[in-house]
Amino acid sequence: MNPSVDALRTTFGSAIGRALDVRGDTIVYVQRERLLDVMRWLRDTPGHEYHYLVDVTAVEYRDRERPLEVVYFLRALHRQADLRVKVELDATGDLTVDSVVSLWAGADWLEREVYDMFGITFSGHPDLRRILMWETYSEGYPLRKDFPLRGRFSRAEQVRQALNISPEANYSMEELSIADAYDDLPADMRERLRKGERGRVQESE
Amino acid sequence: MKHVLETKEVAGQSPNYQTTRFDTLVEWASGLAKKLGIAKPIDWAVNSSRANSLWPMPFGTACCAIEFMATAASRYDFARFGMERQAFSPRQSDVLICAGRLPFKLAPVIRRIYDQMPQPKWVISMGACASSGGIFDNYAMVQGIDTIVPVDVYVPGCPPRPEGLLYGILLLHKKIKGESLFDAERRRDEQPLDAHGLRMAPEQIDEISEPFGNSVHQFRSS
Repeated sequence: MNPSVDALRTTFGSAIGRALDVRGDTIVYVQRERLLDVMRWLRDTPGHEYHYLVDVTAVEYRDRERPLEVVYFLRALHRQADLRVKVELDATGDLTVDSVVSLWAGADWLEREVYDMFGITFSGHPDLRRILMWETYSEGYPLRKDFPLRGRFSRAEQVRQALNISPEANYSMEELSIADAYDDLPADMRERLRKGERGRVQESE
Repeated sequence: MKHVLETKEVAGQSPNYQTTRFDTLVEWASGLAKKLGIAKPIDWAVNSSRANSLWPMPFGTACCAIEFMATAASRYDFARFGMERQAFSPRQSDVLICAGRLPFKLAPVIRRIYDQMPQPKWVISMGACASSGGIFDNYAMVQGIDTIVPVDVYVPGCPPRPEGLLYGILLLHKKIKGESLFDAERRRDEQPLDAHGLRMAPEQIDEISEPFGNSVHQFRSS
């Protein structure tokens, strides 16, 4: 068992749930409300110093009774130690957790992917948009268990919606070189970019 | 070369297909050429030129692109068939080779590339995924690029060997050599996307993307 778990228990008490030792890896469950404090403590406390966030992902089990889990893989590079932190979310309830982008900037796209695939909202995320699917994608969250493999719409409707997306609309203004030319753009385009308007799908008849 | 002087809708055709006044000129010219007996020699000369200097526009998205690169490299060398110059620019190319699976997110991209290519243009769908969606019968993948752009030659395989692609290219040569400059039907350009946005009727698209293989027991309602 990773010694960080005991240290967490003495510091945070009941906010730390059960801890498992699975084939040499330690998994510790954390209460959703205290996640950000726990993560900050794990990153900054001398002797622990998990400076590297390897991955953020989520799990939904086939057993509908089990809650969704958001999983954080932490690594202390200098100590070569790993810790897996999990937060449980009730699938029927509020799917919101605090964003850890303020602690690890690399969590930005990882959390966007979890949002895109599972529909879990990360409060405090600076730019929470879909990242794999396009932004006007409206069939739901593909990795959820209630999502049919082939999607919800007919193939023709999927093709129609896909053809109507604007390939440029998947990028924020900062990601496009157009950001440099912002001041030289026509007024209407500037207005559109300022409001953050993106590709819109026309209604079918 | 595009001569769109004035377009009018053709009765009974889908609104995507339009004809031009240039057709009457073509009809007159082809009548004259046939009367003089030079239609066939002209076709032969033009088609040979086109078939033997096809400039490919590679659209490689997956493992098929590796085989495509092998086809382009020295061992198989499709420059032997006049494909010396790979365009990487739709406006200077003749044949679009889609090598690999196409996710829905790339559908508008390949459609725009196709729209930017000048006539005459052809499309080769390389591999199982580009032709039918292959093993990726899921929410993210286009079930055959023929639902997005018209396809001339399908090359089966997963991925096809370079010989397979070369055979497909030779089949395309054969097809080009059978075309006629004086056939007004072939001049009709596919129009850019309208509000409807589909190349074929929705029922047709659903029919050709019916489930198959392992996902036969998977239904939209499940």
